[in-house]
Amino acid sequence: MIHSLFIINTSGDVFMEKHWKSVISRSVCDYFFEEQKKITSPIDMPPVLATPHHYLITIFRCNMYFVAVCTTEVPPLFVIEFLHRVVDIFEDYFGECSESIIKEHYVIIFELLDEMLDNGFPLATESNILKELIKPPNILRTIANTVTGKSNVSCTLPSGQLSNIPWRRSGVKYANNEAYFDVIEEVDAIIDKSGSTVSAEIQGYVDCCIKLSGMPDLTMTFINPRILDDVSFHPCVRFKRWESEKVLSFIPPDGNFRLISYHISSQSIVAIPIYLKHFISFREGKLDITVGPKQTMGRQVENVSVEVPMPKAVLNCTLVPSQGKYSYDPVSKVLQWDVGKIDPTKLPNIKGSISLQAGSAPIESNPAVNVNFTINQMAVSGLKVSRLDMYGEKYRPFKGVKYITKAGKFQIRL
Amino acid sequence: MLPHAVSFSILKTGDAKYFTTTKKGEVFELKAELNSDKKERRRDAVKKVIAAMTVGKDVSALFPDVLNCMQTDNLELKKLVYLYLMNYAKSQPDLAIMAINTFVKDSGDANPLIRALAIRTMGCIRVDKISEYLCDPLRNCLKDNDPYVKKTAAVCVAKLYDINPQLVEDQGFLDELKELLSDSNQMVVANAVAALSEITDSSPSGTPLVWMDSTAINKLLIALNECAEWGQIFILDSVANYTPQHELEAQSICERIIPRLAHANAAVKLSTVKVLMKYMEIITDAEFVNMLTRKLTPPLVTLLASEPELQYVALRNINLIVQKRPEILKREVKAFFVNYNDPIYIKLEKLDIMIRLTSKENIGQVLSELKEYGSEVDVDFVRKSVRAIGRCAIKVEEFSERCVTTLLELIQTKVNYVVQEAVVVIKDVFRKYPNKYEGIIGILCECLDTLDEPEARASMIWIIGEYAERIDNAGDLLEGFLHGFADENIQVQLQLLTAIVKLFLKRPSESQELVQQVLSLATQTDNPDLRDRGFIYWRLLSADPAAAKEVVLSEKPLILDEMDLLEPSLLDELLCHISSLASVYHKPPSAFMDEVSGQRKALPIGFQFSEETSSLDAQSIDSSEECPVVEVEDLLGVDMAPTGFEYGPIGQSATSGESSVDLLSSSLDELGLGNPFLCALSAIPAPYSSPKALWLPAAKGKGLEIYGTFVRKNQEIYMEMTLTNQSTDALSDFAIQFNKNSFGVIPALPLQVPSPLPPNGSCEVSLLLSTTGSIQKTNPLNNLQVAIKNSVGVLYFTCLIPMHVFFTGDGQMDRRVFLSTWKELPAQHEVQYTLENMALNPDIVVQKMKQNNVFTIARQHVEDHDVLYQSIKLTNNLWILVEIRIPLGESFPTVSWLIFFVGALSMNRILS
Repeated sequence: MIHSLFIINTSGDVFMEKHWKSVISRSVCDYFFEEQKKITSPIDMPPVLATPHHYLITIFRCNMYFVAVCTTEVPPLFVIEFLHRVVDIFEDYFGECSESIIKEHYVIIFELLDEMLDNGFPLATESNILKELIKPPNILRTIANTVTGKSNVSCTLPSGQLSNIPWRRSGVKYANNEAYFDVIEEVDAIIDKSGSTVSAEIQGYVDCCIKLSGMPDLTMTFINPRILDDVSFHPCVRFKRWESEKVLSFIPPDGNFRLISYHISSQSIVAIPIYLKHFISFREGKLDITVGPKQTMGRQVENVSVEVPMPKAVLNCTLVPSQGKYSYDPVSKVLQWDVGKIDPTKLPNIKGSISLQAGSAPIESNPAVNVNFTINQMAVSGLKVSRLDMYGEKYRPFKGVKYITKAGKFQIRL
Repeated sequence: MLPHAVSFSILKTGDAKYFTTTKKGEVFELKAELNSDKKERRRDAVKKVIAAMTVGKDVSALFPDVLNCMQTDNLELKKLVYLYLMNYAKSQPDLAIMAINTFVKDSGDANPLIRALAIRTMGCIRVDKISEYLCDPLRNCLKDNDPYVKKTAAVCVAKLYDINPQLVEDQGFLDELKELLSDSNQMVVANAVAALSEITDSSPSGTPLVWMDSTAINKLLIALNECAEWGQIFILDSVANYTPQHELEAQSICERIIPRLAHANAAVKLSTVKVLMKYMEIITDAEFVNMLTRKLTPPLVTLLASEPELQYVALRNINLIVQKRPEILKREVKAFFVNYNDPIYIKLEKLDIMIRLTSKENIGQVLSELKEYGSEVDVDFVRKSVRAIGRCAIKVEEFSERCVTTLLELIQTKVNYVVQEAVVVIKDVFRKYPNKYEGIIGILCECLDTLDEPEARASMIWIIGEYAERIDNAGDLLEGFLHGFADENIQVQLQLLTAIVKLFLKRPSESQELVQQVLSLATQTDNPDLRDRGFIYWRLLSADPAAAKEVVLSEKPLILDEMDLLEPSLLDELLCHISSLASVYHKPPSAFMDEVSGQRKALPIGFQFSEETSSLDAQSIDSSEECPVVEVEDLLGVDMAPTGFEYGPIGQSATSGESSVDLLSSSLDELGLGNPFLCALSAIPAPYSSPKALWLPAAKGKGLEIYGTFVRKNQEIYMEMTLTNQSTDALSDFAIQFNKNSFGVIPALPLQVPSPLPPNGSCEVSLLLSTTGSIQKTNPLNNLQVAIKNSVGVLYFTCLIPMHVFFTGDGQMDRRVFLSTWKELPAQHEVQYTLENMALNPDIVVQKMKQNNVFTIARQHVEDHDVLYQSIKLTNNLWILVEIRIPLGESFPTVSWLIFFVGALSMNRILS
């Protein structure tokens, strides 16, 4: 199981370590550093490294490496999932997760890590439970604690810890009872030169923000549940009910959580909401890109941005956008064009010249373009919530559902 | 490295303030603060100590002072002190003893949180002396009323085992842990499973602590639905180690765990996949397998949409899964298309899987993707993509032409490494489709000068040599390479040598000089490979040019596209390790773990049997142990690894404690080895065959009754059966299957039963057997588990194969060999046995024995004994040497057995 954890920043400093069994010298990280030297980009760090006596399992998140050290055969996915959970919890506690945040909250972090894992076994990983054991920091409480001498560690056993619904604490009370659901869909697509789709998939989520008193029992039904053939559920969802009736029935955790995530594979036809008309020639030093909406069901495409990683030989770009701003970073060689909204009557366009390094070899390959966009009030798969009911409590909550479609890994090959 | 404290501010909320230090000795200051009168000051001081510890600073000098703060009502302070103790107790064992009283007191506290905290911390203090004091509180906590305390205590047993395994066993904690498996709280069950599996992994024997039977598994499956995600992983892994006793059980377990595929936690998903992949091997119902195949597709594809690290592990596992069952993902090749901003380790894995999934249906798409990748930035990835195009060509013949065209287009780009890689794969294409694409040789020759990598140069030279007759200037080209012969890589040198010899054989007139040059160069080098090859060619050419032509220009076998597949037995083993590190490395755990625990896992094969549940259960675990192999190896001093043959002791040992010799010791009659001797008594001249025994009574066989026996006729083994239909319906559609057994016995032909078999009808069946099947130790060794299928259902029974049918006709050992082997074999291999009630005439014995393939090597007359030396060879190449002493009087003959194993390797030793 997980023996130790080291947190390392991109410049190679180990600035935090925690051992759940015996202490392992941080020299074990040397193997990590050796590997780090070989890679060009921090994302390329291999997740599983073998050293003579230890296994280093690494995730790269928030610009930091979280390196778990194991000594025995473990399921690596278990370790990776756990590490991601650790970062999730940090983000939940401190709003964001960064080196300075961790350094600022060493003791809480240490207490949290100790609470999350015992002898390498996960103990409490639900944020609801952890928050009952160790209070998240906030300015007011810190002042109050200094004055009253109270601590931020709870003296009682969390109530939800051992019930059959460990994800929900008891005794939740709100003045305004609200339940918000965001149906978020991300389109992952690869579009080839001619504009035809190479592959397109939808990665969907239903994220919730639930502020309901007591023990509410919710059911959510969809107008077209057949779309969802590959779903992953939060442990609170009753699987049997979904299997038999295609109804999501659950007692929700308190606060923010992901209810389901689903995947619509390239087998089904996925609507592509945006297209690119492009001309790029390095020989002539010209670039001309136009963005337009495609299948958007009449909704506006917003927050559009286009990112073009240029070949190394490109020194600079002098372009004129019809709307939005553009920038070219000569170090990372990335052209970034923030377009904003697309007005279908006047399509955004950018054109101009590219200057190449003198004497460089002719560039044969064309870059792939990353496109970002958001469309509100639409789920591109067509998924729609039909109703939401609450049982178990008397009050009438306020309910809301929002739909957003976004670009995931949306690439267009030029 | 000290992290530097950020700027000061009064409203500083975080813990960074604990790093503010002054110039004076930090430890000194902390010491003063720890001993302060004020509670808050002490607490802040401990926090500072912890903060220092977190960044790896040594604050162990403060141990006594921190210990002083332990007696407190403040839980936070207590926790912090405990955290400190865990880190430093090991370095200060004498002082740590002082903390024990507080721990023991806390473990009896009214607050369960404090009880659990105390027991948890105590387990983390890895000091021998403390562990003795831990026993009593731990025992109390294992029986605590509060499940939170109980589940913490369960993990604590694993901790204690790590420090002092003997203590855990002596104190009976393992049994208490096993009891927790039946606890009413699912979290407790999950933790108990986790603790047990950790203890199993770290125990030297590696034998499971708990025999998982179907009731235990049932309990776990109930807990599975309720416990937290991490517990589900441990439970699923335990289920994966269990082999269901029959197909229905496997099916029902599968059905119960399928919902886990929809779990949000990727590790739960993959552990479920592991169980399903393993159980699919057992399940014969094609429809059910299809259903599972369909269910497995979506979760595997979904894993590819997660974080890159998860994706990587998933991809490594998918790589194994598609090798075993390509049908699961055959329509999902698009999911493996590469995004340009994927990390490189993902790109390479995806590419590998894409090729595995390539088929006629999708090759068009795959090929245009691969071509696209050819213009990527990352060199390694581009190279692999080019190679992949070549593999496509080899895999799908219909599209080979398009692949070759694509490769040519890539060569036109003149990008150096692309060209080199393309040349290498085109060589493979030529080897797969000879005389089809030679038209492109001209284009290849154009880029000759740009090739600077050994593999590409060697490939090009191979092509020139192979098609020397069609390349006009082949001689000049090869001569060009020859100029820098000494500086070339060995790979290129070897290839150049061969190519020039080929050229010479094809166009002798032009290249005589060249071949002499290369032969003299090659034979003068220091590299033995090159030198020897040079000499061989030289002699061949000078002795017999016609023979040389035959050898050098012989037709080459076509290459296959499966060359990069894992070896099937390794693949099967790895499939049992899906989701573990082994599946990421694609190596069995024994290849990379420090301490290998005894078990090697194997996929279950075919059906299992429901009779004798308990013994079977133990047996299936037995057979996966490595120990028996090791024993035989030690005893016989021969390398058995190549055959994977396993032998284990059976029955009670008569001479030495445990050795494979026991095979023949006490249970001679049981094995039927005594039969030839009995036969010697009777006057039947034919080989011995035991009478038919009742194998399957009609009551158990749903009306089918089977009497049967095994005989050896014409050096083949036959299974002879009398099938009688005692039921009221006609039986039809007979089929037979054996479970894996010690001798690898399988039916050589399908079962031929006149169908239908009418009610009260009876028929005789003689089934030819062969011993080429897979081998698995059974207990007893000659046990055979048989399944017979007919229109009523599948019937299982077990029977014993008499040993003598395995005696082969070539069991006559050379005298000298016999003598030396007999001497070589150590005494503990010998088993003595006295046959009773037999008055034997040596001549008759020799004759009878020979009919049963027991060959007499020598015969001596010593004092008042006749001594016969005989040899037997079993179908699995196991030799048995026999000495029979027949007293001249009335007393009983004594038989000595020596047994040894002849593997392929040691056979040479004996013959030489």
